[in-house]
Amino acid sequence: MNGAHDLGGMHGLGPIEAEDNEPVFHHEWQRRVMALTLASGAMGKWNIDISRHARENQPPEQYLRNSYYQTWLVGLEKLLVEADLITAEELTSGQSLKPLPEDLAERVMHADQVTAILRRGDNFTVEDEDDAPAKFKIGDSVRVLNNHPAGHTRAPRYARGKCGIVERDHGVFVFADENAKGQGHRVGQHIYSVNFPARELWGPDASPKDCVLIDLWDGHLEAAD
Amino acid sequence: MTDHSDHSHLSDTELRVRSLESLLVDKGMVDPAALDALIQTYEEKVGPQNGARVVARAWSDPKYKVWLLRDATAAIADMGYTGRQGEHMYVVENTPGTHNLVVCTLCSCYPWPVLGLPPTWYKSAPYRSRAVMDPRGVLAEFGTEVGEDVAIRVWDSTAELRYLVLPQQPDGTEGMGAEELAVLVTRNSMIGVEVVPAPMPEVSK
Repeated sequence: MNGAHDLGGMHGLGPIEAEDNEPVFHHEWQRRVMALTLASGAMGKWNIDISRHARENQPPEQYLRNSYYQTWLVGLEKLLVEADLITAEELTSGQSLKPLPEDLAERVMHADQVTAILRRGDNFTVEDEDDAPAKFKIGDSVRVLNNHPAGHTRAPRYARGKCGIVERDHGVFVFADENAKGQGHRVGQHIYSVNFPARELWGPDASPKDCVLIDLWDGHLEAAD
Repeated sequence: MTDHSDHSHLSDTELRVRSLESLLVDKGMVDPAALDALIQTYEEKVGPQNGARVVARAWSDPKYKVWLLRDATAAIADMGYTGRQGEHMYVVENTPGTHNLVVCTLCSCYPWPVLGLPPTWYKSAPYRSRAVMDPRGVLAEFGTEVGEDVAIRVWDSTAELRYLVLPQQPDGTEGMGAEELAVLVTRNSMIGVEVVPAPMPEVSK
């Protein structure tokens, strides 16, 4: 989606405000939102791309106004209701009206599992590379497709229609744009680091020495010859 | 604690979070002890000190550096740092002719196992909008000057690869051990917005 989250190349957003010795969290509610989000993920009802889309899919003025963890909160509330883990009535009232189904109760993350779960992480690669032959090889010229899907995409707007060179093939990964459509949309595609000269992206005022490297899937690219 | 016991001082956001937490705990969906363990992990255990140890080892052990640049995920796992938001690592090396800078323009992707949770500025619209378009201006805001003859490579973390910058080792630190070196490595140098400064001359004891 062409949302306010797709920020690369925007002007007018002000100076970068770096805080010396910044704490990990500034407020107790931020700690809770981070932990609630990770713990709720254990239900297995969404993947990282579904959750990214839940966060970015806000009216632009709201996205830009919200702080980081406010956006996480918006996303989590939306995910919980859409996955039917809670009802809209429960969210409004804060009162549980029905218990968790037994099969989900088995998935609840407990304190003694936290370290192992975090250290294991997720797996975004797809093993069977034969099903996903690489469309491009290192050194190929490619162009980012000029697509503007209403749903989730990891091809940033500033690169669409622009040409670059494939610099590295990272192997086969779950294609985020499909994965965001729901569980069971795991399609494997090669990811490449594509090197875009700064002048290709930003014009003659950019430094001739600089470049931006963007990780793009086969589904984002076409040959540029 | 910034938490207030007086409810009249709670913001709408704080009230929403409290309400949601109590709902999910009542429902049995989240275990309060697990929430505390998650918070403790990222507040006390996992942070940029991990990445600093990786960098320091690469500086002091040429074989490790080769491994780190070839297979960062395995080389970093060798230090015990694995998992969530660091499943697929890639390390990019700063040299006299190349300076690397990491951003996530679309959200806030960041290598958690080696750097912890990202600082606010990294997640903010000003950094995400300008790092790709005006990296030299962004670096200047951090007090970092990169010569016109140096190529800046900006990595936009749009997929599940997570990037760590291997900064240049400062002059005068050759022969220092990994533990000593790790103290010098800053979080910002591993994102690429700063360089690692040479250590202060030792004050006479």
